[in-house]
Amino acid sequence: MDLVILLAIQVLYAIASLALISVGLAIIFGMMRVINLAHGEFLMLGGYAAIVATSYGVSIWISMLVVAPVVVGIIGIIVERTIIRFLYGRMIDTMLATWGLSLFLVGLTTAIFGNTTVGISAPLGSFQIGAYRTSGYTLFVIAVAVVVMFGIFVVLRGTRLGLIARGTMQNANMAAALGVNPPRVYAVTFGIGAALSGLAGAVLAPVSGVFPTIGVAYVAKSFITVIGGGAAILSGTVSASTLFGTINQLATFATTPVFGEVALLAAAIVLIRLLPQGITGRFFRRGL
Amino acid sequence: MNDRTLNHLGLALVGIVGVAFLVLTPRLAELDVVLELTIYMIMAILALSLALIWGYGGILCFGQSAFFGLGAYTYAIAMFNIGESTIPLLLAVALPAVFAALLGYFMFYGRISDVYLGVITLTVTLILFNSVNSTAGPEFRIGAARLGGFNGIPGIPPLNIPGNKAWVVDLEGMFYLATGALLATYFGLRWLLASRFGRIIVGIRENERRAELLGYDPRAYKLATFTIGGALAGFAGCLFANWGAFVSPTIFGLAQSAQIIIWVIVGGRGTLIGPIVGCVGIQWLTTALGANQPSGSNWWTKLLANAPFIFGIILIAFVLLVPKGLVPTLGDWGQALLRIRTRRPAGGLKPKQAEEA
Repeated sequence: MDLVILLAIQVLYAIASLALISVGLAIIFGMMRVINLAHGEFLMLGGYAAIVATSYGVSIWISMLVVAPVVVGIIGIIVERTIIRFLYGRMIDTMLATWGLSLFLVGLTTAIFGNTTVGISAPLGSFQIGAYRTSGYTLFVIAVAVVVMFGIFVVLRGTRLGLIARGTMQNANMAAALGVNPPRVYAVTFGIGAALSGLAGAVLAPVSGVFPTIGVAYVAKSFITVIGGGAAILSGTVSASTLFGTINQLATFATTPVFGEVALLAAAIVLIRLLPQGITGRFFRRGL
Repeated sequence: MNDRTLNHLGLALVGIVGVAFLVLTPRLAELDVVLELTIYMIMAILALSLALIWGYGGILCFGQSAFFGLGAYTYAIAMFNIGESTIPLLLAVALPAVFAALLGYFMFYGRISDVYLGVITLTVTLILFNSVNSTAGPEFRIGAARLGGFNGIPGIPPLNIPGNKAWVVDLEGMFYLATGALLATYFGLRWLLASRFGRIIVGIRENERRAELLGYDPRAYKLATFTIGGALAGFAGCLFANWGAFVSPTIFGLAQSAQIIIWVIVGGRGTLIGPIVGCVGIQWLTTALGANQPSGSNWWTKLLANAPFIFGIILIAFVLLVPKGLVPTLGDWGQALLRIRTRRPAGGLKPKQAEEA
């Protein structure tokens, strides 16, 4: 019984971390149709932002939940203004340019921070489930994921900003005719996607450590989650994370973490073959 | 200078430069230079494999390094088990080709679109990287070959003359072999692309729906293109395993995949000579950057010696500023130059006629 609870927590954690690392990409890809291959590096930058801020004496909670998203959000807006805005509608080219950006950022951070892993210790200690102990930080990550998903739902569904963003992405010309400034909406949306990636990177930094090439580990997972999820941002991310996170964690439990990851990737390839439009292309179509 | 003269000019140039290079280099250059040039030739074959798939077939494959790595690993494993290189060489071409065919069948007959295709091929590369990387234990062996995980497989036996195990290909022989193979690949692809098959795959790249309405099955043609590209990449992988007598999982890595794409982008999609130029140029740049290892801890010198940083800038700059790539852009400039000259009345040709000539 204790083992079942422990396993359930771990599965939930796998789902939560997948959802966290994917949701920034889901916004950028799902709403703007931009393939951001530098997504993993946004996560990496979030991790570094949190660690650097903490080392300057900022409280770890503030540096994770405030500093990292703000810093990466600003970087995102700069990237949108200097590179992405010239490439809207050219999906393959956005893919290539952002891959260049990803290499650029890896090189830059290697030169600045060196090639070693830096970490911060996870706060919140551990707690007991029967004969097992598990980290309290696990529950924190799950909570953050829930709050972020709920927050996106509220913003997209309930606020004027969300309405403008959704309208602009559906028909930029019509939105412009109604007085919206589409370039600004694009820049802000990209910035928000980047900020959420920065948040995710910072929240996961105590678990995985941070090093310049960590983005590679994230990018494929988040991509297949977003693509497996399909067009709808929230329901897509949540449903795909649930499916892949469960597969990943159960396979990890049965074999090794490496094959857990391989199982995840293989499952994703099969899913794309069966449902080319993603899960929300067939189910939860009316979801957000 | 229209496309056809450009083509013929390129063809002649490649032939002459190639043969001169093949004959002269080992006589004139030091052995380490010959070794360096050999790897350029091998990588150029890899570049050509993507030039075919992406440049002419219009299939963006982010996982060309998967076939390259499979070829190298197949050769290494077969070599340890067999000891005579004829069959390992054939396997190193056949296995990646079969793998490409299976993957291609899965993707093209599933009608998976461009972007998803990129993501799937990327994912396959990562799966291979992760799997091979985790085979470090002694229990992971295929016959007499230990996979070695992240340590890779060292001491791979070199190719030998078919049927004679004692007569192995030495470093200089490897140069001749790689350069010869590159020339053969180049001219082979020229021939393939000039054939009916080549015209059809370009037609499909230009407009898949129209090609289908004309009665061609794009899925089958794409699958064939993808398979040929996979086989070529596997062959390059086999030569690569020979060159360093070593393979490791980084061969499947994203950095390797990225490089191949950068070669093709820089050189130019839709040409064969472009990716070769791009490949050799970028490889040379990599070596040059690697040679200038920073002596101090000055972070600017570190940055300039940092290959990903430089590649990133190159890739972004080319996508934004020179999206067609070097060779087609230079061709355009040549054409524009010619047009200005023919517009002068002395020539008597109207610009329109000059273009058609």
